[in-house]
Amino acid sequence: MSHFLELSQLHKTFPTPKGPLTVVKDFNLKFRKGEFIALIGHSGCGKSTVLSMVAGLEDVSRGGIVLTGKEVTSAGPDRGVVFQAPCLLPWFTAFENVMLGVDQVYYTASKLERRQIAEYYLSLVGLADAMHKRPAELSQGMRQRCGIARAFALSPKMLLLDEPFGMLDNLTKMELQDVLLDLWQRDQKTALMVTHDVDEALYLADRVVMMTDGPEATVGDILEIPFPRPRNRRELLENPEYYRLREYLIHFLNERSHHRPAPSIPPAATPAPDSGIKRFFNSLSVV
Amino acid sequence: MNSKFQNAALSTALALIGVGLFFLLWLALNRFAPDLPTPTSTWQGARIYIVEPFAYRGEQDQGLLSLTSKSLILVAKGYFIALLIGAPIGFCLGLSKNFTRTFDPIVQVLRPVSPLAWFPLGMVLFLGTGGQALEYGALFTIAVCAMWPTVLNTAVGVRAIPQDYLNVGRVLRLSKTKMLFKIMVPATLPYMFTGFRLSLGIAWLVIVAVEMLTGKVGIGQFIQDAYMNANYGNIIVGILTIGIVGYILDRLMSVVEARFKTA
Repeated sequence: MSHFLELSQLHKTFPTPKGPLTVVKDFNLKFRKGEFIALIGHSGCGKSTVLSMVAGLEDVSRGGIVLTGKEVTSAGPDRGVVFQAPCLLPWFTAFENVMLGVDQVYYTASKLERRQIAEYYLSLVGLADAMHKRPAELSQGMRQRCGIARAFALSPKMLLLDEPFGMLDNLTKMELQDVLLDLWQRDQKTALMVTHDVDEALYLADRVVMMTDGPEATVGDILEIPFPRPRNRRELLENPEYYRLREYLIHFLNERSHHRPAPSIPPAATPAPDSGIKRFFNSLSVV
Repeated sequence: MNSKFQNAALSTALALIGVGLFFLLWLALNRFAPDLPTPTSTWQGARIYIVEPFAYRGEQDQGLLSLTSKSLILVAKGYFIALLIGAPIGFCLGLSKNFTRTFDPIVQVLRPVSPLAWFPLGMVLFLGTGGQALEYGALFTIAVCAMWPTVLNTAVGVRAIPQDYLNVGRVLRLSKTKMLFKIMVPATLPYMFTGFRLSLGIAWLVIVAVEMLTGKVGIGQFIQDAYMNANYGNIIVGILTIGIVGYILDRLMSVVEARFKTA
């Protein structure tokens, strides 16, 4: 069965004064259609580089990226990107920023239809009343709402989110995660999100891909997130399974991310073996 | 509010003190240079040009603002030629490393050349046009001298376009034209306007030299005329007029520049 998106043997090498530096090595990942994958890892480990390669903004040094049967060689509107700093063009209003992409993708539609598409997505993200303001007049959170609207309005095959909420305060972040989930559920887009926020990854993703530290970063482990959708943040926080998975991810980031992967052990299948001292006390209590 | 008012009052007072000191210096200089007219005699000699600023008493004998407007028109023409040529050259320099390698040395060599040196070449270039040679030569000189700040600032601005903005364009697969006019030009505008403002300053600086060389009627020629006819007071009046007009132009451009800065 062919996959929606397949990254195989992905390498990224940057030239440095001390010779070539391999940032990403042997990165393999297959996406199912409609799947939301969160890519977590320490800052600077190369996770954004992977996303940039999928976006076509960085060249692939070796290996390949195949999206719906076609190799990715350059950037294009079939992959909507939400950047970390929302990257709105400051000389355009929020509406015009979205229209720039809409005009590009729906060039056969009438002017009125294109306006309606832009307005529709801007209202979905909650910017109906502020769409004719310039980015400078918008709060950080509103700008990122506009960034999300811009990406969705392209009607892309997939979404690429590069730490989109990294610069927001916690409250705004949670609001925007819900905006994103809402839109994602509506359109069932395949999505790749880079983040270093474990809770964000657990709340949003179907699978969390853990990356080892660079250089020569690669997939260290993959965790399936079994929570049913639509998800409810409060229910999730009351679920003991949530904390077990959270612990697992944090353990990876703290302990295991420094090494190239050992064969991955499915979590929870076997309880961690007790340490010697614990076994000793256990034996005492039995006696 | 109160302190704001006090601040403004202090600024005005200090500025007036500066003007007062200027006149004291002038009076002091009168003691060393007996041919230098005093403030009073200057005012008497120039009164007619100032109180009747738009008077026309013959081609060589006009009110100050009438002369200034003639100079301004010539400057405006040359200045727009400078912008039309300078901005695209700046864009090419900013966009292409090879273009820079090819033409930057020439730019750097031609940039410091004085308008006095360019003018004869301008005349030679347009000798074929006969009677119009003076006008074209003058425009050539203004344009060539004034375009460099626009060229250099535009180039810097293009190089400073954030990669993020360009990535937005790449993700959307914008055409070359759209990329240029929707992203690159707006992103460069603040730099370009800094260039435009500096270029206008130079264009206004060059006009005096050009009018002295061509004998075209205007504020520069007014000074030349005053010197020739030994109306030395009018030289000072001409200098002050040029200075004030230059200052006003610069302020106006700063206002426009600031508008684009926030965009």
